[in-house]
Amino acid sequence: MYLQRRFEERAAQSYQRGKFGGFCHLYIGQEAVSTSFEHVLNGDDDMVSGYRIHGIGLTRGISARACMAELYGKATGCAKGKGGSMHFFDAEKHFWGGHGIVGGQIPLGAGLAFANKYNGTKRLAVSFFGDGAVDQGALNETFNMAQLWKLPVIFVVENNGYSMGTAVGRHSAGELHKRADAYGMKNAVLNGLDLFSMIEKLQEVAADVRENSNPWFLEVRTYRYRGHSMSDPQNYRSKEEMEEFKQLDPIERLKSYIIKEKIAEASALEKIEEEVEAEVLDAVDFAENSPFPEASALYEDVYVENDFPFTV
Amino acid sequence: MAELQFREAIRRALSEEMRRDESVFIMGEEVAEYDGAYKVTQGMLQEFGFKRVIDTPISELGFTGIGVGAAMNGLRPIVEFMTFNFALVAIDQILNHAAKIRYMSGGQVKIPIVFRGPNASAGQLAATHSVAFESIYAHFPGLKVIYASEPYEAYGLLKSAIRDDNPVIFHESEQMYGYKQEVPDEEFLIPIGKGVIKREGKDVTIVAHGKAYHIAKTAAVELAKEGIEVEIIDPRTIKPFDMDLVIQSIKKTNRVVVVDESHPFGGIAAEVGFQIQREAFDYLDAPVLRVTLPDVPAPFSKKLFDLWFPQPKQVVDAVKTVLYRN
Ligand SMILES: Cc1ncc(C[n+]2csc(CCOP(=O)(O)OP(=O)(O)O)c2C)c(N)n1
Ligand SMILES: [Mg+2]
Repeated sequence: MYLQRRFEERAAQSYQRGKFGGFCHLYIGQEAVSTSFEHVLNGDDDMVSGYRIHGIGLTRGISARACMAELYGKATGCAKGKGGSMHFFDAEKHFWGGHGIVGGQIPLGAGLAFANKYNGTKRLAVSFFGDGAVDQGALNETFNMAQLWKLPVIFVVENNGYSMGTAVGRHSAGELHKRADAYGMKNAVLNGLDLFSMIEKLQEVAADVRENSNPWFLEVRTYRYRGHSMSDPQNYRSKEEMEEFKQLDPIERLKSYIIKEKIAEASALEKIEEEVEAEVLDAVDFAENSPFPEASALYEDVYVENDFPFTV
Repeated sequence: MAELQFREAIRRALSEEMRRDESVFIMGEEVAEYDGAYKVTQGMLQEFGFKRVIDTPISELGFTGIGVGAAMNGLRPIVEFMTFNFALVAIDQILNHAAKIRYMSGGQVKIPIVFRGPNASAGQLAATHSVAFESIYAHFPGLKVIYASEPYEAYGLLKSAIRDDNPVIFHESEQMYGYKQEVPDEEFLIPIGKGVIKREGKDVTIVAHGKAYHIAKTAAVELAKEGIEVEIIDPRTIKPFDMDLVIQSIKKTNRVVVVDESHPFGGIAAEVGFQIQREAFDYLDAPVLRVTLPDVPAPFSKKLFDLWFPQPKQVVDAVKTVLYRN
């Protein structure tokens, strides 16, 4: 969790220094969500998400170096510099992106699960999306088919309270998790700021999906501490609200719990923080010193074959 | 050699590929129990079962996305659209996802999926049911686009499409499903991206694909009665487009008419015409002409429809114009 936090804080610095461009949506505040899923799921379960993807990319095991290099648009990035901040990928790690169209990953996630079921594997698929995506038609179409076909998929709305500047109560009628009720799909509300309760519930849900091949819809209530993207004056929320949520910071909570319960000494945690800091600084270094893609890369990876006769 | 209807040729290709490869399956509206809206998949449920012949709800966006996700994760889906007009509600998954994910992932993901179904006008079905979409799909890098005009090539090209590791758009036509042609009994594949000379001639080249090929064919017979020999090239694949074949032919005939059943602005004929002027400028004895739909939606009324849809007579006139015989 701390790696995700420091990675993004450093990424934001680099962005502000003009080291790279494009969109950059920070996950800061939501780290317990990615972490709990990674903890509970198997390495060969399939995951797909939206554009706020740095946290899940890191927890899935893409190196900080490859993630940072992707932000910088370098050839050493996790998508060879072709996807950028919104489109991290690592197919070998069953991490299917990083998608920039709000809600597009909802049917994709069901499709990943469809393949797992078709092939008779016990692998699950998870599709993460924001509260804004709940309003997309794709969600309703996919929920219907996922339930009808009993697909082993967990749909996760990371309800961080806002779709850009529109508060959830202003863009969605009713409670989000209840959308699943219309399809008879199992659903629950989870506290995304609390790692342990997340893990506990996810263990139960994952076991059920694996065992019985039926979908779940989880509404994870979380919060993003930063703006929607890097250029967001955040006039739509109050300082008081932010302060209130800062008291609930999932990383700080975990830290004080560890110390209070004497699971580890403060000094041990400091050591971890130092290691993480070094890892992130190394990643920045790596990204800055990595080469940009060759010009020839422009025409690579469009089609499977390398000799496709492109129109000029 | 058996005479097959267009729909039977497609069914044969689908069934053979499904027998050959367990990871191939077909999904779409009414494909299973109803035997297909146009009976393309007739009997396939009996052979392959509900696991591999899948009736979907009327949720094009959803099932297209499920197909794309399944393709990313190792399957080879064939998604049937009842017609491509209805794929408009799924187009985000085709253009934003299927076509782009490979590139955005730096080549890590492969999406072997075929989107197929009838395309373009099928008579008096009015504006929502009559659109030719090949130029739209061909516009987007990452897709291959095929529009076969005869059963023989529908069979050979569809098999290639199913084995291709890229997303492929495969266009058919309601009006051609009953069209019959001899198709060899032994298995064969036709490579994607290769056009064919369907009629040889020395006077004028006609480039025509899909139903437009049949319009051109009728026109060619008329023209032959007047001693005008046209050469018809059917590109068969829209993307990649076999421009070399077209250019070679123009070097012989020095005149060309493009027949295209889509609207004129930004249609296939526009692109083909542009490339011809660039590649064969010095060989042209007349401007490139095209016969297309007018720049208006499909009307219903028979009288208006007949004015709207390209007729062989228009092709005859265009050929005479490039010969300066009008
Ligand atoms: C289909 C579509 N419409 C609009 C956008 C522009 N857009 C990007 S993010 C966003 C807000 C989405 O909010 P939410 O789903 O809650 O995710 P969060 O940013 O909170 O993680 C919008 C409107 C888009 N990318 N895709
Ligand atoms: Mg949100």
